[in-house]
Amino acid sequence: MSDTTQDMATQPADSQSSLFRQLARRIQSRWRSIILFVPYAWLLIFFLLPFFIVAKISLAEIVIASPPFSNMIEWTDEGVMNIRLVFDNFIYILTDNLYYRTYLNSLKISIISTIACLLIGYPMAYGIVRSGPVAKRLLLFAVILPFWTSFLLRVYAWMGLLADRGTINNLLISLGIIDEPIRMLYTEFAVYIGIVYTYLPFMILPLYANMERLDNTLNEAAADLGSRPMNTFFKVTLPLTIPGIVAGSLLVFIPATGEYVIPDLLGGGNVLMIGRLLFNEFSANTDWPVASAVAIILLVLLVLPMTIYQYFQGKAAEGQ
Amino acid sequence: MAGDPTASDTPWLDTDAEPMVRVRGVTKKFGDDIIAVNNIDLDIYKGELFCLLGGSGCGKTTLLRMLAGFETPTAGTILIDGADMSTVPPYERPTNMMFQSYALFPHMSVEKNIAFGLKQDKMPGDEIDHKVHEILKLVELQDYKKRKPQQLSGGQRQRVALARALVKEPKLLLLDEPLGALDKKLREQTQFELANIQEQVGITFVVVTHDQEEAMTLSSRIAVMDAGELAQIGTPTEIYEFPESRFVADFIGSANILEGRITENSPDHVRVDTNLGEIYIDHGQSVKENSRVWIAIRPEKIKLSKTAPRKGKSTTNQAEGKVDDIGYLGNTSIYKVRLNDGLIVDVTAPNQVRPKSRSHQITWEDTVYLSWDPSSAMLLQK
Repeated sequence: MSDTTQDMATQPADSQSSLFRQLARRIQSRWRSIILFVPYAWLLIFFLLPFFIVAKISLAEIVIASPPFSNMIEWTDEGVMNIRLVFDNFIYILTDNLYYRTYLNSLKISIISTIACLLIGYPMAYGIVRSGPVAKRLLLFAVILPFWTSFLLRVYAWMGLLADRGTINNLLISLGIIDEPIRMLYTEFAVYIGIVYTYLPFMILPLYANMERLDNTLNEAAADLGSRPMNTFFKVTLPLTIPGIVAGSLLVFIPATGEYVIPDLLGGGNVLMIGRLLFNEFSANTDWPVASAVAIILLVLLVLPMTIYQYFQGKAAEGQ
Repeated sequence: MAGDPTASDTPWLDTDAEPMVRVRGVTKKFGDDIIAVNNIDLDIYKGELFCLLGGSGCGKTTLLRMLAGFETPTAGTILIDGADMSTVPPYERPTNMMFQSYALFPHMSVEKNIAFGLKQDKMPGDEIDHKVHEILKLVELQDYKKRKPQQLSGGQRQRVALARALVKEPKLLLLDEPLGALDKKLREQTQFELANIQEQVGITFVVVTHDQEEAMTLSSRIAVMDAGELAQIGTPTEIYEFPESRFVADFIGSANILEGRITENSPDHVRVDTNLGEIYIDHGQSVKENSRVWIAIRPEKIKLSKTAPRKGKSTTNQAEGKVDDIGYLGNTSIYKVRLNDGLIVDVTAPNQVRPKSRSHQITWEDTVYLSWDPSSAMLLQK
């Protein structure tokens, strides 16, 4: 800035252009703050605010009214503000055996599904990375192709495949492998099929992105130093793909835990998952406060491990 | 550690010596029409620091990768210490490689990178620790053993890569452009370090490089490669002073190359008629009279003077011209001298005397006289 003032002092003819420059700079810095403001505003309006509303509802009582919950803040006639926080919903959920079992079952299903996605997705991603340029593009296209059809349609298609009189059972019976149809639809197995099928691309894509950056000369170096292919995989490739494994696993695990459509359509009433319970509380029982408390506890269950992970990740990054 | 004392410094001249590496008729094709390496025969002896020198795409790296086992020859055999390597995978070969990109494992510390190869041999832990310690001392990186590769400078990474390959004490150490990623100053310094380390450990080194200066400083012998074939094998002096072809004469250092015809061919001298006048060479060559040959004269072997040299017994080996251009390099200057018929000859002269004024002693458009020793001109037949 001192340069500018000097310019203005020694060359008065330039003062006008310098003024324009200052003006331009000020507009530029204004733009910077506007651009930075957009993502923050987005988070505030569409994430933080709704979260606080849900949190507020979770601390209310059910009433028969519209909306169907009590107010948190009430003013008495004397102008005194009354804040009512009801923790009954949380106590109810945390002590009720059904909720406890449902949370646990949701976590079990999403953890097993994540592991299954990883076991299927890892070799697929590895295969895609190792294939030729044309095959690579085709295979990647095949991975994202299912997104082009409606998710709901694909789940209904699985119902048709897995039903007692569905495609798979009919085929097995006509081949004489089985006499009686195997019960698949409306079992936990069908839910696993649905979740793994739906979320597999979310595992493959981050793994692919991670593996694509790996330097093949590292494999050659390991072989050169006497390491057999299997050992090289566990000592070199696997450790270097951990970021991809974590990213893919989170992308599968988080939405799978709260999944509603798949357990509802493929699991029927037989599979307890928290998404279905939440829906029941919300729409069938119209108990918004309990539904909100269910959502808050789910959020805590999901955010906690992520935060712990990021804490250690940050520490590891500092160490480097 | 310098190997057994009876081993001669020039094992390639010993007809009884068993080569460490024996390459016979090795060809490597990629696809149907790309011939990277074409029918190469090569012997490399124990304790040598052997350089494969050539421009990019000459096949030197492919040849090195075939020694390491990353590529399989399309034809021919490779023997290392007498054993056929055709079916031996890289992880079972007695070779280690230092990669051009170093290929250090980014998730392992310096120490773990170096220990990786030893662990594959199921060596006991305390022995590994001892070896890692010793090799870190050799490359002067004791204080860096806990660091990750990305926390090191380029020169330090280069030494870790060298240590990791050396620590397994391979029969053959393969180095792919070992100094390629370093800046000039560091490269010059490291050249000598590398040669010293090689002398200390006594392991046979095969170095791939495109840098002729690097090859000259490092090597016991150099194989110059051109388009997948061996152009010449020899000591640095042989390659520089006695090139066998125009390609080698031109690739190693610089040379004025002239076409000529043999006018006299005696057992003790040869005369060649060229654009530069008659050239007299004071040693015999097995050439036919009247045949077409080429003459190469190194720029530094031509004497430059402002006064006409005293006419000796003949007017051969001298010429007259005008200075067309001067390249001042500090220690030497390159003069481009235009002869009367338009031919331009490069001459380099050391700047032994600091000029009194700021101008050159010989300057643009000066008439100068060129002369050279009867032994200086190199006669080439291809």
